[in-house]
Amino acid sequence: MDLKLTPQMEAFREEVRGFLAAHRDHYAGGVAGSRPREAALEWQRLLIEQGYAARTIPKAYGGYGAEPDILKTRIIAEEFTRAGAPRGFANQGISMLVPTLLEVGSEEQKTRWIGPTLRGEVVWCQGYSEPGAGSDLASLQTKAVEDGEDFIISGSKIWTSTAAQADMIFCLVRTEPDAAKHDGISYILFPMTTPGIEVRPLKTMTGSAEFNEVFFTDVRVPQSAVVGGRGRGWFVANATLKHERGMLGDPNATEARLHSLIELMKTERVDGERLIDNPVMCDRLMQLQARVMAMKFNGLRLLTASMTGEPAGMAGLVVKLQGCELNHQIAALAIDALGELGVLYEDGPHLRAKGSWQWNYMFDLGLIIGGGTAQIQKNIIAERGLALPREPKLASV
Amino acid sequence: MDFSITPDQRLMQESLARTLADVSGLERVRRFAGDPADKGADVYAALADFGLTGIVIPEEYGGLGLGLLDAALAAEALGAAVAPGPFLGACVLAPLALRLAGSKAQQGEWLPKIAAGQVVAGVAIAEQVAGARDGAGVTASGGKLTGKALFVTDALIADLFIVADQAGGLHLVRGDAAGLTRSAMISIDLTRPLGEVVFAATPAEPLEGDAGALAALRDAGWTLLAADTLGAAQVMIDKAVDYAKERRQFGRVIGSFQAVKHLCAEMAAELEPCRALVWYAAYAFDDAPDEASLTAAHAKAHTSEVGRFIARTATEVHGGMGITDLLGLHFWFKRIGLNRQLLGGPERVRRLAAQIQGLTA
Repeated sequence: MDLKLTPQMEAFREEVRGFLAAHRDHYAGGVAGSRPREAALEWQRLLIEQGYAARTIPKAYGGYGAEPDILKTRIIAEEFTRAGAPRGFANQGISMLVPTLLEVGSEEQKTRWIGPTLRGEVVWCQGYSEPGAGSDLASLQTKAVEDGEDFIISGSKIWTSTAAQADMIFCLVRTEPDAAKHDGISYILFPMTTPGIEVRPLKTMTGSAEFNEVFFTDVRVPQSAVVGGRGRGWFVANATLKHERGMLGDPNATEARLHSLIELMKTERVDGERLIDNPVMCDRLMQLQARVMAMKFNGLRLLTASMTGEPAGMAGLVVKLQGCELNHQIAALAIDALGELGVLYEDGPHLRAKGSWQWNYMFDLGLIIGGGTAQIQKNIIAERGLALPREPKLASV
Repeated sequence: MDFSITPDQRLMQESLARTLADVSGLERVRRFAGDPADKGADVYAALADFGLTGIVIPEEYGGLGLGLLDAALAAEALGAAVAPGPFLGACVLAPLALRLAGSKAQQGEWLPKIAAGQVVAGVAIAEQVAGARDGAGVTASGGKLTGKALFVTDALIADLFIVADQAGGLHLVRGDAAGLTRSAMISIDLTRPLGEVVFAATPAEPLEGDAGALAALRDAGWTLLAADTLGAAQVMIDKAVDYAKERRQFGRVIGSFQAVKHLCAEMAAELEPCRALVWYAAYAFDDAPDEASLTAAHAKAHTSEVGRFIARTATEVHGGMGITDLLGLHFWFKRIGLNRQLLGGPERVRRLAAQIQGLTA
């Protein structure tokens, strides 16, 4: 254990701080949004140029081209969080498609898609889940039938976030209907403007449509758009899911949320008493702080393991399950500590934090379910981490 | 930046685990637990041979001169083995008290003997950390101590005591000092005997050094209790998982039922992050003092909560066998139970955690 940073790393930290201080007016007004606007695109280009986004993506594909240095990546994350500056885009195209293309994409696919995706010029959505294929993703039925040089795609996808804004979709389709379940799937890319695609917003309990349903009716896509080889889609997708699970348990985001909760409980009062001075509420806060700390240090342990190339083991398997649950519980305590005010949701003089605690509480339940439900996570921990047997397969149900 | 234990530390821990398997297997633990006259001298001698009695004692006094992280790794191995006899107070807290607050003369007199395993020191700080109960509390006046201390580590066999008075000062008291009487406090955990020590104008030498020494003892104690639970809880998970892979009902091993395997997964998912938390708290004690108290408090409180969940759940996975004396799982269950309450239960420690960081008064 030696958590001290070398002088070079401290110097790098100063460099990031200097950049953020000098460019405060670029991001102070906020640049986020699922369909990046001009200011956001400009910010993203600046970040790539500086190496604060797309840092390790080769220059030839539009990245910054640095050697992987997990510590520098972490310093960037810490300093951006500290400054309240928006990070580079972390949409599904960048977080999931780009690493997949780098791993298994053809040279043509890498050259064509990675740069524009990194710069935010091309927005992607992910076509994985189907109404009949959730936890059992490999049973997906959207079919792609060969027709000359093309596939004709029919079927539907669900839980497709940003489908309405997306230019492109990376999609799992069944190309080999007679092959075994996991062997008949291909991973394919096509424009959302292709004739035969219909997007319907899927409104959730938060009141907004964070997801969509996507319907394909005879959508014609060239076979050359397959990534990683025909029939290899399941293995390609698993590489991608690994990236998604890492994204869903980020301890930095959880820590930032805990800080907001602590501020809330220090400043809000009921009958003149600060919320944090209620012993029961304070006890719950301390329980969560301990868990946040444990996940943060667990993250440092994983960071070290990835730097030395050691397998992450159990410490890695638990991140999605614990991280998502923790986020949900932080939102739950904020609502409880606010008491009656905690139920307010629409604009008004008494609304706190724009209703974001309730929104998080509801949205985070979706994250506990999405990306592999908590129950699936427990299967993974038990089977891969503890070597417990799989559920026996039934002949029929 | 390196958040991991070194290969040397790992080797030390594995080697200690092997030593404990040799000298302190479950049958040895049972004999110790079943016989109040058994002082575990053989086990303690093995710990001394290994160097544990001097683990945090500087090399100039015959110790290994290691840090609290090394001591925590040892505590984890001891918890895993439910090893009987002194460690927390005698091998870590008492030497730390002397190191942090003792005079050169006091250090020179006692540290070499402790390191050599010739002197067992009991530690009486419970009232100052967990609160005073049943009229306990010690006052110091004119070089004499009066009052009583509860939950003193190794009270019946100690040759020497480190005692906290009500003002937070620390004192050194010889086991044969006038007016000192001791009696056992029998807890659920028979592997680590505790006792009550009464002082009636008992001569004592003050440890006059660092005024923050008591807080440091508290932090070290919290961290090592958490580490002990970490080791014991991991063994309970391992035993439950092994049992679930072997035990068959309804024509299948019970570990293939999600109802059972999810219990195992939940235990692992709860415990694994505790490992990093305990490591960090121990590291902070030596290398990041500003964070030491808060991380120690959270390590203690959180690992205690997780420990209780695992102690109960791992027992349940074993079905009826889990609660039998024959299986012996209860030694781990009780070890975790004691770690949870000693030096303050989670609720008290969390209240202190809020105060330590200035969130509450």
